[in-house]
Amino acid sequence: MEQLLGFAVPGVPYGCAYAVFAVGLVLTYQTTGVFNFGYGAQAYASAFVFAWLVDDHAWPTWAAFVCAVVVLGPGLGLVFDRFLFRRIPSTNTTAKIVTGLSLLVGIPALLPVVFGNGNLVGAPSIVFNPGTVYFHLGAGVPVNGTYLSAALFTVAMLVVLVLLLRTTHLGLEMRAAAESSRLLELEGVNARRVTATAWAVSGLMAGIAGVLLAPTEVTIQPQDYVTLMVAAIAAAACAALRSMPVAALFGVLIGVVSLTAQGYLPTSSFWYSAVLPAFPFIVLVGALLFVPGLRRLGQATDPLSSVDPPLPLPAARARGREIDRIVRTGFWALLFAFVASMLTWMPPAWETVLNQGMAYSVVFLSVTFLTGTAGQLSLAQATLAGIAAFTAGQLASHLGLDFLAGAVLGALAASLVAGLLAFASLRLRGLGLALMTLAAALLFDVAVFPAQAVSGGTGGLALESRWLPLDLLSSNGHAYFLLAFVVLVVCAGAVTLVQRGTVGRFLAAMRGSELGAAGVGVNLAWQRVLAFALSGALAGVGGTLLAIQQTVIAPGEFNYQLSLAFVVIVVTTGVGTVEGAIQAGIGLVVLEQLLQYAPQRMQGLAFVVFAIGALTYAAHPEGIVELEKRRWTGRAERALKRLRRAPAPAVTGRP
Amino acid sequence: MIHGGNPALELDGVCAAYGPYRALFGVSFSVQEGAALALLGPNGAGKSTVARVVSGLVPASSGRIRVGGSDVTGKPAWAIARTGLSHVPEGRGVFDSLSVEENLVLSLRRRAGRRNLAASLERAYARFPLLAERRHHRVGTLSGGQQRLVSLAKVLVVPPRVLVADELSLGLAPSVVDDVYAAFADVRRSGTALVVVEQQVDRALGLASTAVVLEHGSVAYVGPPSGARGVVAQVLSRRSRPGSADRR
Ligand SMILES: Nc1ncnc2c1ncn2[C@@H]1O[C@H](COP(=O)(O)OP(=O)(O)OP(=O)(O)O)[C@@H](O)[C@H]1O
Ligand SMILES: [Mg+2]
Repeated sequence: MEQLLGFAVPGVPYGCAYAVFAVGLVLTYQTTGVFNFGYGAQAYASAFVFAWLVDDHAWPTWAAFVCAVVVLGPGLGLVFDRFLFRRIPSTNTTAKIVTGLSLLVGIPALLPVVFGNGNLVGAPSIVFNPGTVYFHLGAGVPVNGTYLSAALFTVAMLVVLVLLLRTTHLGLEMRAAAESSRLLELEGVNARRVTATAWAVSGLMAGIAGVLLAPTEVTIQPQDYVTLMVAAIAAAACAALRSMPVAALFGVLIGVVSLTAQGYLPTSSFWYSAVLPAFPFIVLVGALLFVPGLRRLGQATDPLSSVDPPLPLPAARARGREIDRIVRTGFWALLFAFVASMLTWMPPAWETVLNQGMAYSVVFLSVTFLTGTAGQLSLAQATLAGIAAFTAGQLASHLGLDFLAGAVLGALAASLVAGLLAFASLRLRGLGLALMTLAAALLFDVAVFPAQAVSGGTGGLALESRWLPLDLLSSNGHAYFLLAFVVLVVCAGAVTLVQRGTVGRFLAAMRGSELGAAGVGVNLAWQRVLAFALSGALAGVGGTLLAIQQTVIAPGEFNYQLSLAFVVIVVTTGVGTVEGAIQAGIGLVVLEQLLQYAPQRMQGLAFVVFAIGALTYAAHPEGIVELEKRRWTGRAERALKRLRRAPAPAVTGRP
Repeated sequence: MIHGGNPALELDGVCAAYGPYRALFGVSFSVQEGAALALLGPNGAGKSTVARVVSGLVPASSGRIRVGGSDVTGKPAWAIARTGLSHVPEGRGVFDSLSVEENLVLSLRRRAGRRNLAASLERAYARFPLLAERRHHRVGTLSGGQQRLVSLAKVLVVPPRVLVADELSLGLAPSVVDDVYAAFADVRRSGTALVVVEQQVDRALGLASTAVVLEHGSVAYVGPPSGARGVVAQVLSRRSRPGSADRR
């Protein structure tokens, strides 16, 4: 008993942290209808600014608290509402997810740019002194300030929020606004103001949570907040995103059970090294599969959504014959110039970078295919790429298979995993599906990829090959370029063919409306599994290509953060077209390379740029690059007409 | 009740569109206090759009809308609702995730005043005992007909200045439809101006003092109910002629 307590009590602060975040997620979902992936980033921002003010600028704690929590917390929430989530139609789940993700990716990358890089040490606790032991539980289990403030704060926050939501009129209005702000407006309530208040409250909670939980970590790292977020997501999912007390309970349980198990399990066992770190994700998968309330997640709740005009149709792709000829000529000229420069004068540093960009483009094609064509959101594309890369590497070094053969089998393996993932989550859609893929990505991150048998442990996996001249490919930029170029062209061609074929039309129907597609006889289950499998194969090919360039694959190479970034990046350039994926791949590496010349603190800026781009997704689902392209083709077309003085056809009349 | 005088609701050349899709082309009519207007027309004629424009859910692209003589064009829905206009939308008009009582409170607290809340809740339950039984159930667990009763209870207890009811009787059992029309008569007696959108032409015309028939977003007929039957029949037959159904 004594021993059990000794193991369990240190789990309390972790559990409380999960609980506080889980409650925040449920609160935001219940009052705004948005599953706010950016919640962790909000908390991180407050903690970061708080520590920055206290450590670097020697502000008194209270003043820093006011500035970082009372002002910044709700402020961020209000900004999110005013400029982002308010503009998203309530039925557009994908846009909500992508927006949340770009906040999660963008904010931690932005903060060092604004405030400078520095390892910020957790600021002093405000209530109890973290180190002081206040009393003992039983005979010998010390309870220090950290535990006390965590427990106290969690309970206080829970009570306040439950009272707010369940007993006040404002709470009632908030819950109503989350279901349908229009219906609430018909009752004479200014629903925008109610929703803004809800965002401010949730921002304040995120800020308080971020600052009060900071002392439990040694330094303030964005990863900690993301990991925290995932455990919190698991707890919130167990409560079907509905009940705050249940979410809190599961949060505490996850923390306590993890640390208790950590105490009892032998450190050398598989359970300790693989299963334990994955525990929250296993809980998340379990919840997604078995909590019935989650299946309806992301389903439209607003009975008045029929008031919204339909989404704008993709603008006509048909260009005038003139423009088309110019564009085609320009395209071939550009392609030729690109190939020629890569093979002649391109400096080696840039050649490497552009090569990598092409490999990324192949992975991004998988996002284009899955999200753009089939309308399914996956947050595990980097994981799929990693599965293929590690499979290929292992087959080459252990089974004596050549790397080339391994690469093919690797792509198959990725495709298989993706298909299985889709099959397991057939009953989920929208947000549920996104969370499922995220959980899978995290599972692989902590439990599979670091394993000795998979990646060769921390040192990474060195590639070997007989037929494929790997040494040449990794050292000679030209050779790699030719390989990557061929692979990219083949993959892009394949995606285009599938998009234009029957399967593509079925998938497009599914993207438009699952119900409608089912109505005209599309087998949704099969189509979804197929879409995932194909996209898994693409991601796998891209991952292997990336691996060839690096010759050694590190276990952390294909982490879930990369997957999140992938979605955000591709959505920025244009998720609907093959060009979008290639622009995304090249754009990412070029931007990163350019930033090499910038001061060190600017390093994260590439992701910020893409995150900002992705924030326009709600307004322009075709992607901003695609949008600009269409605008400019339109302009050119008009200019050409004016040049010819051809009479413009009338554009009036009802559509 | 004062009939005549200021119209409670007035539309003057109202046009409206859903993004690029135009739905109303210069709709004009008015309803006096305590009068009832039946808004008729085939599917897709724009009846619901008229209701939405009036309550501010869809902005009018041109034209004027006045409630009780004051101009509400371009105001947000909540501001229009506060001038005393109630819009019961097509389909579900209540919050699924809230309980019956919470739905009623949400509506009645503002319109009856905080102090009269308890009394008006009691009145609602007295009128619909079924709702009293279910007061703590989530509305999502109620049948469609019971959900309509919640909508009705809200407007019956504190009659609004203008009530726009969009197909409130759709899909209800005949006995419940009788209830609905009895309720309409009740609120009308207390001075509410009624705009009733209906598929059941005879029911609506029996209640109404004026009829408006819409076709393709324009008014095809305004006048006494007796003249509306013929127009409705005509409009419907035009629609069912082959080749003309999809024309917009
Ligand atoms: N959200 C929307 N986006 C685009 N067009 C719409 C939208 N809602 C309605 N419309 C179109 O506007 C026109 C009028 O529709 P409205 O719903 O007002 O018709 P209605 O008379 O109420 O029909 P019903 O009897 O079916 O309820 C129709 O042609 C319809 O297709
Ligand atoms: Mg209608």
